[in-house]
Amino acid sequence: MKITRGLFKRPSPLPGFGISLGFTIVSLVGVVLIPLLAIVLRGFRFGIGDFLHAALAPRALASYKVTLLSAFEAALFASLAGFLVAWVLARYSFPGKRLADAIVDLPFALPTAVAGISLTALYSEHGWVGHFLEPHGIHIAFSQAGIVLAMSFVGLPFVVRSVQPVLQDLDPAVEEAAASLGANPAQRFLRILFPTALPALLTGTALAFARAAGEYGSVIFIAGNMPMKTEIAALLIVTKLEEFDYTGAAAIAFAMLLLSFAVMLFVNLLQWRIHAREGRRV
Amino acid sequence: MTLRLSARAGRAVLIATALLFVAFFLLLPLAAVFAQAFSRGASFYLDAIRQPDILSALRLTLLVAAIAVPFNLLFGIAASWAITRFDFIGKNLLITLIDVPLAVSPVVAGMMYVEVFGLHGWLGPWLSDHDLRVIYAVPGIVLATIFVTFPFVARELIPFMQAQGSDEEQAAAVLGAGGLSIFFRVTLPNIKWALLYGAILAASRAIGEFGAVSVVSGHIRGKTTTMPLEIEMLYNEYQFSAAFAAASLLSLAAVITLLIKKLLEMTSGLHGRTAQEDAES
Repeated sequence: MKITRGLFKRPSPLPGFGISLGFTIVSLVGVVLIPLLAIVLRGFRFGIGDFLHAALAPRALASYKVTLLSAFEAALFASLAGFLVAWVLARYSFPGKRLADAIVDLPFALPTAVAGISLTALYSEHGWVGHFLEPHGIHIAFSQAGIVLAMSFVGLPFVVRSVQPVLQDLDPAVEEAAASLGANPAQRFLRILFPTALPALLTGTALAFARAAGEYGSVIFIAGNMPMKTEIAALLIVTKLEEFDYTGAAAIAFAMLLLSFAVMLFVNLLQWRIHAREGRRV
Repeated sequence: MTLRLSARAGRAVLIATALLFVAFFLLLPLAAVFAQAFSRGASFYLDAIRQPDILSALRLTLLVAAIAVPFNLLFGIAASWAITRFDFIGKNLLITLIDVPLAVSPVVAGMMYVEVFGLHGWLGPWLSDHDLRVIYAVPGIVLATIFVTFPFVARELIPFMQAQGSDEEQAAAVLGAGGLSIFFRVTLPNIKWALLYGAILAASRAIGEFGAVSVVSGHIRGKTTTMPLEIEMLYNEYQFSAAFAAASLLSLAAVITLLIKKLLEMTSGLHGRTAQEDAES
């Protein structure tokens, strides 16, 4: 319509471009980008040396290790269990399927603090599950295993919801063709189904990992929170803030942001590849 | 024949394993909330959830959701209108940026607002000169909640409106309908279920948000504690039954959320928000 806008925007008969894009950008800048910048710039305000020193302090390094290791283990567990659940939901029909499908989203819907106290109650010494395990010397609550458990809980739906639609959309003709050419079920799974679902599985696992690494509410109750041992990075940020150590908190937050963006980049590249391979329009 | 039988048995084993896992791993924690909440009897439970602190936390939680969700709807509609109805430079960057809050840890999100509005932050001195409080006050809680729910409606609407196309709206525009009339009489009736779906996801997250809100709240009882924070405080004070009583209210809200979601998926043909679709947009 307006020629001056032609360079930036393709003409359209529909109204409201300026106001809708304007509101979108103003919100994005105000709510997301300026606060993000604030953390990054904290480093420049108080000197990069202090910032790095705080980000690489022993207690901070220990918290990254606990966080990354636990998130990795949780993502691995979630990817295995999630693949099974997605497989069953996508390929079989059975009574109670809809209910099971709805329950998969429970970790999305249940507030993290509620999940945290509930898992702690279940897996601690006198809990429904814990009182079976503790006599055998298996301690889940207040140890690193508890962190992995809570992180797996919040991560599971990411894997299921990534893999399920891919398995559902798979054309049965492909499998039938393979079967008619003499492929047995194991071959069909390994050579057709699994490779098709793999990018989605990786996406879901990466999303679960990102969520697990940033998780706070469900973890802090069950973790035990021992500095250097079972203290996650998110908790260390909160501790630093309570001690008014803003530079220390911002430094760790910055390290976590770098991780978030690395995962986000990985997921985007993965999606890009999937679309490129399928020749679908993004 | 034996092959078919073993295939059937394998199928049954897979289904049983998956269902047992879902029951044990997901349902059991939900059941434990209610069992703990009622562990000291129904009358204790009823007293616990009528404590003034819990009632005021409930009020604050609903207030925060009542501000964050409408904002989210407005933003979602604006963003998806701009993105799906027009072609412009930088569109993919915009879509990626909208997703940023999903990748950021809630605690880091809260921390960002402390950096901007806190006493030692950018606007802190100016705010305190003017007697305004954002951090350790309700506005900070609202902002943090808006941040964590930011992409919810937009990512529901963008793929949906993309798939729908703009033919009907273009026809209305050519016939002389104005912007508002196009929106309310053509677009809104088409997207209402997707909009509701996104709003429910946003409301659920707004009600349950813990990490981001925890950083900016200051935990002032009766003033800046939302329900999840109140649960944390009761729990840390070893008032376990009361904490679980409060938690049962939020769990009930979560179950209702799941029911409405499923209902919307079944009746209106929405596939719902899958991680796959998320990443596609």
